[in-house]
Amino acid sequence: MNVTGAAALEVDRLDRVFDVSSPFLNRVLYRQGRRYLHAVNDVSFTVPKGGCLSLVGESGCGKSTVARLVTGIYRPSAGEIRFAPGRSGQPLSAQMIFQDPYASLNPRWRVKNIIAEPLRELKLRDTEAAISDRVAELLTVVGLSVADGEKFPHEFSGGQRQRISIARALASEPEFLVCDEPTSALDVSVQAQILNLMRRLQDELGLTYLFISHDLSVVRHMSDRIAVMYLGRIVEQAETEVLFADPKHPYTRLLLETIPDVNSPNRDRRTVAGEVPSPLAPPSGCTFHPRCPLAQNRCKTERPALDSKSDGASVACHFA
Amino acid sequence: MLDTASPCLEVRNLVVEFPGRHGTLTALNDVSLAIRSGEILGVVGESGAGKSMTGAAILGLLERPGQIAGGEILLSGRRIDALSDREMEKVRGREIGAIFQDPLTSLNPLFTVGAQLSETIRQHIPGSSRTKARARAIELLQEVGIPGPQERIDHFPHQFSGGMRQRVVIALALAARPRLIIADEPTTALDVSIQAQISGLLRKLSKEHDTAVMLVTHDMGVIAETADRVAVMYAGRLIEIGPVDEVLKSPAHPYTRGLMASIPALGARVERLHQIDGSMPRLNAIPQGCAFNPRCKQAGPRCRRERPDLMPTRTGEAACWLYEGGVE
Repeated sequence: MNVTGAAALEVDRLDRVFDVSSPFLNRVLYRQGRRYLHAVNDVSFTVPKGGCLSLVGESGCGKSTVARLVTGIYRPSAGEIRFAPGRSGQPLSAQMIFQDPYASLNPRWRVKNIIAEPLRELKLRDTEAAISDRVAELLTVVGLSVADGEKFPHEFSGGQRQRISIARALASEPEFLVCDEPTSALDVSVQAQILNLMRRLQDELGLTYLFISHDLSVVRHMSDRIAVMYLGRIVEQAETEVLFADPKHPYTRLLLETIPDVNSPNRDRRTVAGEVPSPLAPPSGCTFHPRCPLAQNRCKTERPALDSKSDGASVACHFA
Repeated sequence: MLDTASPCLEVRNLVVEFPGRHGTLTALNDVSLAIRSGEILGVVGESGAGKSMTGAAILGLLERPGQIAGGEILLSGRRIDALSDREMEKVRGREIGAIFQDPLTSLNPLFTVGAQLSETIRQHIPGSSRTKARARAIELLQEVGIPGPQERIDHFPHQFSGGMRQRVVIALALAARPRLIIADEPTTALDVSIQAQISGLLRKLSKEHDTAVMLVTHDMGVIAETADRVAVMYAGRLIEIGPVDEVLKSPAHPYTRGLMASIPALGARVERLHQIDGSMPRLNAIPQGCAFNPRCKQAGPRCRRERPDLMPTRTGEAACWLYEGGVE
């Protein structure tokens, strides 16, 4: 991988608030106020060119919202998202790979049309012949055969469908790919095929990835740097090897301890009590304090800031 | 536990077929397994391998036109595969409990969890009064680790989080003290930190009540931490079965070996993951001989000709010619 120092994407103090209030009449009748869900709260990170940053966390931590903010599907409530200039001098173009390859492909379209859609929409090729050449090339790149272009999505297995999504994402020659749980709907043996394909494409095409996953073992395989999210905030960010060798935030440690590991099963683990609180009513102070083994009074009132450590990690904890 | 004790559940040469316009599809082909009381058998495989189908066949919940076309299912020595729907209703819930993947759809959103638990208890344990059933329901909620069961019993399913809902579903499955629990992907819809809590709970309950558990999952990690023995399925057949440590650490069947190697390890990072090329065959195009032969690096002429049955290996059983006379 050629990771240069330059940033491909800089995200600065990103916020996203959703209005989840009841309908107007209900609010009047039951005297409820408006309710807001702070899905992403003060999130900052940088993805270096040619690198891979992963966001991990449990459901509801805001990782997918960040993916959607970065690709422009949602608008940020506050903060900035800056893409560096790409090969053309314009800001880097980004594409997205979605989690569910069964829902993200139009079942009524032939695969060649699904892949050609971005080419036609963005007018990247002039003639039909040039479009089919490009589609054939993309199918080959992702390990399908050219004849597969004539088929419909239902004729493919989950892994092959995810290859089609990847081919579609690559059609417009993006330099930046946002991958939202690209393998969590797949079986492990197929997951390995897709992860290998993504690593190969990264090397061959010089892609930069923002990778979203809840699976730490997948994340470890793919990323250079990892940001752990909890209730809309980044609680720890570090180089992959640093994070696995020396997790500093109690939540990161909890995540690492609870992953079932095939090679050294931990049958008598002490299971961690508690669950992720509702993001509608996050706890005061450090939002992790109700589940934290180290929590003290200070954690209930004072929110820890993200502090940089000597090994390049940054951690939001009073005791790290 | 003595090996001579008759198993709680025994499945012998089970065949499940789906007759259709374009011929009959064989979804399960000659599956045999046994689970003792207090034992957790993990059943793994990729989607479509037939693992959930095995669970559904045991519960008598095969979707039409699926039908048991051969073999026997014995619960504590009694055949249950040929029972009428009405008789099977008495077995389900009373003798076999079921836990499904999605805890929200397994619960009725219109009734409190207490009402659902009491209904199950009164249905299966004749003569239990309303107050007795309610007391038992509170006891069950306590047992599955729901804090404040006295108040929580009057809450509706939507007032519980995903992990707590799955605990309620487990309480429902336990309500009639069944001898066997079929848990189909019980942790798949949950976050990792909750997954560990639920699989720990299953293990504890199985040992305390001496209940046999069939744990169906695609997650090798969950199997490694929960099961005592593991059965691996591929294209509707059982291809390997044995003690969990042996099967996961030194798998005998080439498919299991490939599957284990394709899991990204937490311990060390590799440049490239091992991958099994291709994908599992569809039911209407299962290759002749061993179903895995087109993807198998060790396949020989015999694998393309003859289908191997389970054969003893060092510690378990595997359906592969490597263990009986070679692949030539």
